[in-house]
Amino acid sequence: MSKPKILIYGYGNPGRQDDGLGVLLADMIEEWKTQHKLENIFTDSNYQLNIEDAANIADNDIVIFADASQENIEDIDYTIVEPSAEINFTMHTCSPSFVLHLCKNIYDKIPKTYLLHIKGYEWELKEGLTNNAEKNLRKAFDFIVNKIQEYY
Amino acid sequence: MAQKITIEPVTRVEGHGKVTIHIDDNGQINQTRLHIVEFRGFERFVQGRPYWEAPVLVQRLCGICPVSHHLAAAKALDVIVGAGTGEGLTPTGEKMRRLMHYGQIFQSHSLHFFHLASPDLLFGVDADPAIRNVIGVALEHKDIAVQGVMMRKFGQEIIKATAGKKIHGTGAIPGGINKCLTIEERDSFLKGTDPMNIDKMIEWSHAALDLFKDYHKKNKDFIDNFSNFPSNHLSLVRKDGALDLYHGVLRAIDKDGNKILHDVDCQKYLDYIDEEVRSWSYMKFPYLKEYGKQNGWYTVGPLARMNTADFIPTPLAQKELEIFKAYTKGKPNHMSMHMHWARLIEILHSAEMMKELLNDPDIVNGENLVTKGNKTNEGIGLLEAPRGTLFHHYRINNNDQITMANLIVSTTNNNQPMNNAVEIVAKSYMTGQKEITEGMMNAVEVAIRAYDPCLSCATHALGKMPLEISIYDNNNNLIDRMKK
Repeated sequence: MSKPKILIYGYGNPGRQDDGLGVLLADMIEEWKTQHKLENIFTDSNYQLNIEDAANIADNDIVIFADASQENIEDIDYTIVEPSAEINFTMHTCSPSFVLHLCKNIYDKIPKTYLLHIKGYEWELKEGLTNNAEKNLRKAFDFIVNKIQEYY
Repeated sequence: MAQKITIEPVTRVEGHGKVTIHIDDNGQINQTRLHIVEFRGFERFVQGRPYWEAPVLVQRLCGICPVSHHLAAAKALDVIVGAGTGEGLTPTGEKMRRLMHYGQIFQSHSLHFFHLASPDLLFGVDADPAIRNVIGVALEHKDIAVQGVMMRKFGQEIIKATAGKKIHGTGAIPGGINKCLTIEERDSFLKGTDPMNIDKMIEWSHAALDLFKDYHKKNKDFIDNFSNFPSNHLSLVRKDGALDLYHGVLRAIDKDGNKILHDVDCQKYLDYIDEEVRSWSYMKFPYLKEYGKQNGWYTVGPLARMNTADFIPTPLAQKELEIFKAYTKGKPNHMSMHMHWARLIEILHSAEMMKELLNDPDIVNGENLVTKGNKTNEGIGLLEAPRGTLFHHYRINNNDQITMANLIVSTTNNNQPMNNAVEIVAKSYMTGQKEITEGMMNAVEVAIRAYDPCLSCATHALGKMPLEISIYDNNNNLIDRMKK
């Protein structure tokens, strides 16, 4: 059986402290999969999700979005993403569920999609993570590596 | 009963914006305000940093239009490193920057039209919000949604190829650029598999214009009269009066088309422009000094650019400009919904410009990328960002550290016209009404959305900023609240 195509897509702004957690995770996974010469694992990142990401996710079997979170979680949380047409409250970004719904409507494809929430703490104009966010990033990395290994 | 209505934050508008509308006991609108909590800490943040870091640092300011800030900062630093005030770069340096910029305009305007404006046009402003977005477009007009997605993607790929990467691009540096295109990159944009090539982008840009013009024919009353009010208009233009989104001189015209700012050097903008602070908004109100706070405010962005420019230096967009200008018999166009029309002409122009630049041999010539000269301690960089004129101004000390930064972003330039638009629409739709409907609320948002305001500070972590609409009575008691 062929191995599934997996996309790890981190989004956020690394210039705003912990807001860059998702992007840094994607960078770590890229380095890890290169070291291990794993095929069919792809990474991508951007400041935020947008409508063109419907095209970017369409050809994958599994998509894992990763984003910094201000929600009331301890460190990381992993949730399934269902397509949703619910509009976002901002003008220039889309939610993972919106991107997935657009992908379904345009390309008739629904990759299995998840969102990894990584708890962040500080959001100022600084490079670098807070200490607690660093720990959460390490947990997130271990978690995603385990997930990938389930398929390989 | 008198009411105070608050729309907070405005849907599909970046950042923290809220609208308050005060209605008196007779149902008359007596005050409207668009309040904006704009992020303003950035100018202090860059103080003390080495000047050459600025083009990368400024991308932290906004994750929506980082390329505009990247290029405006680089232009200001060109002056500081002695590379001239806009005309001193090497041919490859200038053309790569222009390609990056037109890629940015193309993808940003495409997002606005297909994701934000076309749903209002295709379904109406009072349609169910669940379908009044690109998902609704995809269900009813799949081909249009596909075009929007792929035009965004094309523009993003141009940015990635010219800036080096999607996040914190490094393509523009003081005095030039750090890479040219490879031949493979260039060819992929010129001859890529359908639809990812520049000819398809031009074709689709035309199709989007036709979609708008067709809608306009059928809905003249709405498009022409919704939020129509006189304004001054300001933008950069090329020295010969042509539309130029990357570089030029500052021109402003009054509501009748008379020049009131006569093609002045950007380096002298402080001689002509000032900013007013008002207690109820964090965003300043820029105005032309000569005409004062009351009469000197102006509009920037696509509509302003169509009004100030004498012509467009690409053939297809020029033909469209002629039609656009003929509609108002050569007089300035003040119709807010015509901003969509203007934006679509700029999409077409950007596509034409990208094709011209991609076909230019300098774009793959990696021999001469940076200009060097005698350093100065102050530089100003302006460009026409998707939403309008963007100002970056820096001073440095003898240790090469930034000591002062002043930024006037496009949305700030449009502060007064956006407030006027809210007032006009609120009066038109809400006066004398006993109930405030979702359609009325959206009409206010449509007026703001025409300006495509961007108030982002690029922090978007999950769980932030729900939409909340609150209605108060004349004693400021909350009588209703809606959350989205």
